[in-house]
Amino acid sequence: MINNSMVPVSKRQLKKNSGLGQTVRNSLTMAYRGLLKIRRTPEQLFDVTLQPIIFTLMFTYIFGGAISGNVQSYLPVIIPGILVQTVITTSIVTGVQLREDMDKGVFDRFKSLPIARIAPLAGALLADTIRYTIATVLTFAMGYIMGYRPDGGLGNVIFAGVLVIVCSWAMSWIFAFFGVIARTASSVQGISMLVLFPLTFLSNAFVPVKTMPGWLRWFANVNPVSHLITAVRHLTNSGSVGWDFAATLIGAAVVVIIFAPLTVRAYMRRT
Amino acid sequence: MNVKKNMSGNDEWAVEAQGLVKKFGNNHAVDGVDLHVRPGVIYGVLGPNGAGKTTTIRMLATLLRPDAGSAKIFGYDVVKDPQIVRQLIGVTGQYASVDESLTATENLVIFSRLLGLGRAEAKKKSSELLEEFSLTEAAKRPLKNFSGGMRRRLDLAASLIAQPPLIFLDEPTTGLDPRTRNQMWETIRRLVKSGSTVLLTTQYLQEADELADRVAVIDRGRVVAEGTVDELKMSVGNASLQIRIKDRQALNSARQIVEKVLQAPSVILPEAGRITAPMAEADRVTDLLIAMREAEIKLAEVSVQKPSLDEVFLTITGHKAEASQKTESLEKSGEMKQ
Ligand SMILES: Nc1ncnc2c1ncn2[C@@H]1O[C@H](COP(=O)(O)OP(=O)(O)OP(=O)(O)O)[C@@H](O)[C@H]1O
Ligand SMILES: [Mg+2]
Repeated sequence: MINNSMVPVSKRQLKKNSGLGQTVRNSLTMAYRGLLKIRRTPEQLFDVTLQPIIFTLMFTYIFGGAISGNVQSYLPVIIPGILVQTVITTSIVTGVQLREDMDKGVFDRFKSLPIARIAPLAGALLADTIRYTIATVLTFAMGYIMGYRPDGGLGNVIFAGVLVIVCSWAMSWIFAFFGVIARTASSVQGISMLVLFPLTFLSNAFVPVKTMPGWLRWFANVNPVSHLITAVRHLTNSGSVGWDFAATLIGAAVVVIIFAPLTVRAYMRRT
Repeated sequence: MNVKKNMSGNDEWAVEAQGLVKKFGNNHAVDGVDLHVRPGVIYGVLGPNGAGKTTTIRMLATLLRPDAGSAKIFGYDVVKDPQIVRQLIGVTGQYASVDESLTATENLVIFSRLLGLGRAEAKKKSSELLEEFSLTEAAKRPLKNFSGGMRRRLDLAASLIAQPPLIFLDEPTTGLDPRTRNQMWETIRRLVKSGSTVLLTTQYLQEADELADRVAVIDRGRVVAEGTVDELKMSVGNASLQIRIKDRQALNSARQIVEKVLQAPSVILPEAGRITAPMAEADRVTDLLIAMREAEIKLAEVSVQKPSLDEVFLTITGHKAEASQKTESLEKSGEMKQ
């Protein structure tokens, strides 16, 4: 190793750019790093494990009687609502961790290596889908324990889960953008919450939209999160796919189309 | 796309920097630095805190974009061909650039994979490097439990995965105890023997003296002197005078006499009652001794030595290297910076 003699510069095969294959490989390695970090610091998973459990219990018993008469008939309404809310909330972490990571010394090394420059960002976004999966599985499991038996069947439940994960991944681009442009991790958390709260609470997640005042009803109806929740309800409860499903995917695509280039550009400038 | 041999790269200069400038607001951190480093040498960049060493290295290593000037690594421009430059360099920054929450092995495996090694290759390379840097026992521990010296070694190991022809080391021995520092010096010498070029920064004049073939002294963002260590010492004079005074009260008047006779600035160490000054010609010492006798200052000790880089620094910049005192206290107590 050190004792071996060096390959002279003129004999080296030097590449001017990293190709697509290398970009994918580098991103996967960075995602692998993300997974290792999750494994080394399991306390990072507190939010994705505790929130589905606590929220499902809390909201179901608090609102169940008032909204649907009893807990049992509220479950098909609330479980998709909580699922979407929790998993999307989880995607905030992407931005916060990205900021923390970029401030660490190890990022300097990534920048000095001949790797695809986008790989650390892509890897982080990829690794975080594991968090969404954990939150999704736990929410459904909690619902099942409390007596939720979705009529759509297991296949459609899994399908709905994948839909939620895909949409959260799309949303995580927004938070990744904040993560890239913000100066501190806590400010990322702050701005992200400000965006997230109206989106998840001013929706049809917990209460029927028709009980809301007019202006709020308007927002709740156009809110893409409401469409996602409705799509999940249709899938899990009746196995049907409709306009809300399409609207959700369009919404997710729009978010990615706007925020992915913004994030990537800001990221390239910062690194 | 593969760049053909010698299309724009060449082996003549490992580093060729011209007029590098970096401003942070109104602060001219680097203010027109020129550097020329031949392949196969250890090149020292020497300067006190805030001189602009780290900023210069970061520009050369494509981590920071220069505001003006240009730099080439083996003929490849750091701004135009950063991706090629990154294939030719290894960087060990001033602060550890490894992943705190992972183990030493995991860190090295990830960097190896990123550099295109296969799964098995990456494992093999990592364990070789850990062995080389005596980290095998700690390989499975998270870095949180690593000592400063272990972290530093791992950091250097990570920079050597791809066997880069040029290695940047930003203050490689700051915070290391004397034994670990000697090991680090050994490693650096071995790297150069194997054909690498090393550009290192240091605040320790003694370290540059010990390691570097050539030295650039930077102060306030500018190169104030450049040459071999011997050349620099010559530029100060052939010799360095050290005298110790019997009566400390007379220290200041003695210093005045020294500076007047030798016509050079001097350094005093009040505790020891010692005065050090560069001397252009060794026979000036006769004049000095006569002047001392006339002023009735009694000497405890007189010696004439080859000048140290401390005096070089003093003569060139006109102010004392703050780092020199630190070097001494570091040697005495093995105390760590940071
Ligand atoms: N990111 C930054 N933002 C603003 N100012 C900076 C930044 N990095 C460095 N500086 C300033 O630039 C000057 C040179 O800093 P630099 O870190 O290059 O010095 P140095 O020679 O490496 O010092 P040291 O021996 O302390 O490491 C200092 O005045 C420092 O405050
Ligand atoms: Mg520095």
